[in-house]
Amino acid sequence: MELLDILLSASFWAAAIRIASPLIFATIGELICERAGVLNLGIEGIMVAGAFAGWISVWAGLPLWGGVAVALIVGMAFGLLHSVLSVPFGLSQHVVGVGITLLATSVTFYTYRVVLPEVSSPPKIEAFQPFEIPLFSDIPLLGPALFSQTPLTYAAFVMAGLTAFVLFRTPLGLAVRAAGENPSAVAAQGLSVTAIRMGAVIVGSGLMAVGGAFLTMSAFDSFFFDMVGGRGWICIALVVFGAWRPGKALLGAILFAAFDALQIRVQQASLGTVIPYQIFLMMPYVLSILALVLMSRSAQVPAALMVPFNKGTR
Amino acid sequence: MRLEPISQPSLQRRLLPPTLAILASFAIAALLAQIAGGNPFAVFDLIFKGALGSKFALLETLNRATPLIFTGLAVAVAFRAKLWNIGAEAQLYAGAVITVVLGTGALAWPAPVLLPTLAIGAALAGAIVLLIPAMLKTRFGVDEVVTTLLFNFIFLLFVSYLLEGPLKDPMGMGWPKSARLIPEARLPRIVEGLRLHWGFALALICAVVVWVIDRKTTLGFEMRAVGQNPEAAAFAGIPVAKVILKTALLSGGLAAMGGFSEVAGLKGSLTLDLSPGFGYTGIVVAMLALLNPLGVVAAALFVAIIFVGADSMSRAIGVPTYLADIMLASALLLMVLAILFTKFRVRRD
Repeated sequence: MELLDILLSASFWAAAIRIASPLIFATIGELICERAGVLNLGIEGIMVAGAFAGWISVWAGLPLWGGVAVALIVGMAFGLLHSVLSVPFGLSQHVVGVGITLLATSVTFYTYRVVLPEVSSPPKIEAFQPFEIPLFSDIPLLGPALFSQTPLTYAAFVMAGLTAFVLFRTPLGLAVRAAGENPSAVAAQGLSVTAIRMGAVIVGSGLMAVGGAFLTMSAFDSFFFDMVGGRGWICIALVVFGAWRPGKALLGAILFAAFDALQIRVQQASLGTVIPYQIFLMMPYVLSILALVLMSRSAQVPAALMVPFNKGTR
Repeated sequence: MRLEPISQPSLQRRLLPPTLAILASFAIAALLAQIAGGNPFAVFDLIFKGALGSKFALLETLNRATPLIFTGLAVAVAFRAKLWNIGAEAQLYAGAVITVVLGTGALAWPAPVLLPTLAIGAALAGAIVLLIPAMLKTRFGVDEVVTTLLFNFIFLLFVSYLLEGPLKDPMGMGWPKSARLIPEARLPRIVEGLRLHWGFALALICAVVVWVIDRKTTLGFEMRAVGQNPEAAAFAGIPVAKVILKTALLSGGLAAMGGFSEVAGLKGSLTLDLSPGFGYTGIVVAMLALLNPLGVVAAALFVAIIFVGADSMSRAIGVPTYLADIMLASALLLMVLAILFTKFRVRRD
């Protein structure tokens, strides 16, 4: 019955939404890249860079939203680098992505050591505070869970809705999706597949970095070296789980975060004394692999994902 | 812009871009060292002196290159067949775990029997760890990049559990660390008195064996064919799924031998910090070697020089060691670009 108590508590769902927020940003970012036909394995490193860039900017005196903007720009810069290598040059998206992750991570750690050479523990910043939306936050269960979060969480939901709208209701979105399904048709329309794909990777990478910044600026108030800890790879699994649709990906991220919040609570409860804590910590990664296997049969993979487009070669 | 294949690339065409890629990564590192307040020339001088300047430094560099040869070979073998194994880290730990399980007294055999047993046991463990993602790929079409990456996290947590539970050293003062290997399970030093163990020689032997497999056997031919064009390979009657699984066994086994070599040759016991990312660095090594097994040895030595040298440079003048990581990550990206330029020409439309 312990389990039911947990599932009916507002604090549990509030935690789930909080844990889901960075995943939503990064998953939608990856989804945009993949919809245009580019697998972006730079995600893990870009999240690290975004987490650091946003936090250090605020520490240096920028307002919170200024920090978010810096994270966004840093993410877009790495996205630009990724897209130049993977789109016009058509290099292996696997190798380029891993390379971007290694580069973004090491540049971040290097900068940290150069900027803060003498600190034993990283400084804290004044992070985003929860903002209660009047009236809505009084709804039982749903209110505290959905409407008493930080502004950055609301931004995650708005961004996911906006992405769904742009992808499925605008000509731009049609062009992005077509670039991932049938690039030759896009080129035949006189549009540049290269420009569309590069744009998608740059925008998507910016969102990944904001996802990282959520960790240092909303979930916590400081930067640690291993704080992203594989979340980027989990988001890649979430894109597959969400069948490349923003709405499903959003629900997938919340479901996933709910499992994560649940394992933390079960770990603290009676079961945690019997089962080693490492088993609980493994759950997110194991769940991601399970999600990949379960969805593998039914998934609607963009047809031209990971297929470089070179005009003139048909 | 458009890429045009070059039918017969000249020697200059094949060598110049990779050379420029390495030089450019040095330039990037120099710039960053300057920003951090270090004179670039002093930085590189200290890096090379720190890695090659004394007998002790040189042996340290060879020791550091050893696991990188193993993981570099593991990645090169896999990438040749387009099996994107990013999980060499987990496979290396799998090998280390088996070495500790069997080598701390469970098998009280003389060294000439015990050491090969440990090496083979380790290789099998690593092979199995990679076999799971490889089977998910061939059976369900699940992308192995993500699964092998996720397995790294899962396996490291598993090792953490083992070191705090079943494998914990009772004499370890509470530290999460395994018991020490029995003397028969330790790889001896190549020359008495010099801190270089037989793991290095084993790595060189593996490189030659992989080169022979790659160039002289049917399996090597099949692996390359699958990597170049799986549809064409299948059409030519090559059992693609089987070849991918065989590649996985070989790749996982090689990475795990690195774990065996580190524990039996260098450390003598297992801790959670056995590998500072040898599995990931193996990707850089393999790409710098252009996926050539013998090139892996040279690339691993180069990478080891940068890492060992950067450690000593950082101690001397305080430029962060992460300079080495940046340099190698940019070398990786520049090298894949350089490989493209050895085969294609860029034309404007």
